[in-house]
Amino acid sequence: MLLVHCPYCEETLPELEFTYAGEAHIARPADPSAMSDDEWRDYLFIRSNVRGPHFERWRHLHGCGRFFNAVRDTVTDRFLTTYRAGEPRPDLSSLKEAAE
Amino acid sequence: MTALTPAFIPGPLAKSSALVVSLLAPTGRFSLRAHAAVLPALSRAIGVDLPSRIGARASAGTIEVLCLSPDEWQILVAETDALRLSKGCASIYAEAPHSLTEISDREITVRIEGPKAADLLTLGCPRDIGRLGEGEGCRTLMDGATVVLWRDGKDSFRLDIWRSFAPHVVALLETGCAELAAE
Ligand SMILES: [Zn+2]
Repeated sequence: MLLVHCPYCEETLPELEFTYAGEAHIARPADPSAMSDDEWRDYLFIRSNVRGPHFERWRHLHGCGRFFNAVRDTVTDRFLTTYRAGEPRPDLSSLKEAAE
Repeated sequence: MTALTPAFIPGPLAKSSALVVSLLAPTGRFSLRAHAAVLPALSRAIGVDLPSRIGARASAGTIEVLCLSPDEWQILVAETDALRLSKGCASIYAEAPHSLTEISDREITVRIEGPKAADLLTLGCPRDIGRLGEGEGCRTLMDGATVVLWRDGKDSFRLDIWRSFAPHVVALLETGCAELAAE
């Protein structure tokens, strides 16, 4: 089982308490009606599907209930970091160095 | 479909040499949601300093509070004091906006006590029970159902279980109680 660090509870807890919630840092467009169909499709459905470190949302559903963000390597399933919702994307190169 | 109409009569549910599982009497329960800025006003109205660390508890009189989330608290209170608590919060609503929802009937509480109480919880709870301090609590899972777990002592726990999940969780506790005694 994966262990996930919740940045609100400040504890590393079993995966079973968490749910995955898709790619992170996808902002809803401020003016949807000004967008073309293709742009709106991209916002709704098109994701980066990266191989390697992936910025993604998780939710501590059976715990504090909060959404937060994580960087997880999709190849190794290793979490490089987790951080609170609303915080900027952490710098990937320093995360990778710290993980090595 | 089978209709489950459990009676939920307070008293012992399962007993063995390892531990005792019992259903506690009904109590007043509230869910409080509020912003950090209004905590001092709410603490005064409730009469308990609301803890802001997740997992921390505080109590005064018949009131017990557990911090579940940065903006969420579970409050237990004797049924006779429940009205006073909700009125106290309502009276400061204008200056300290919050959401106080009565959830008394949402859950039942079982007490798990005995030398193998922590072992029983490991049958359905993925958390490391040893890391939950005495006098703390948390929301977690018990065999798939969301529960609130209170640790009152080394070998004494309370489990708040949503009513509809209770027959399932209690059945597991009863089986586990017998199993642990057979070891
Ligand atoms: Zn959490």
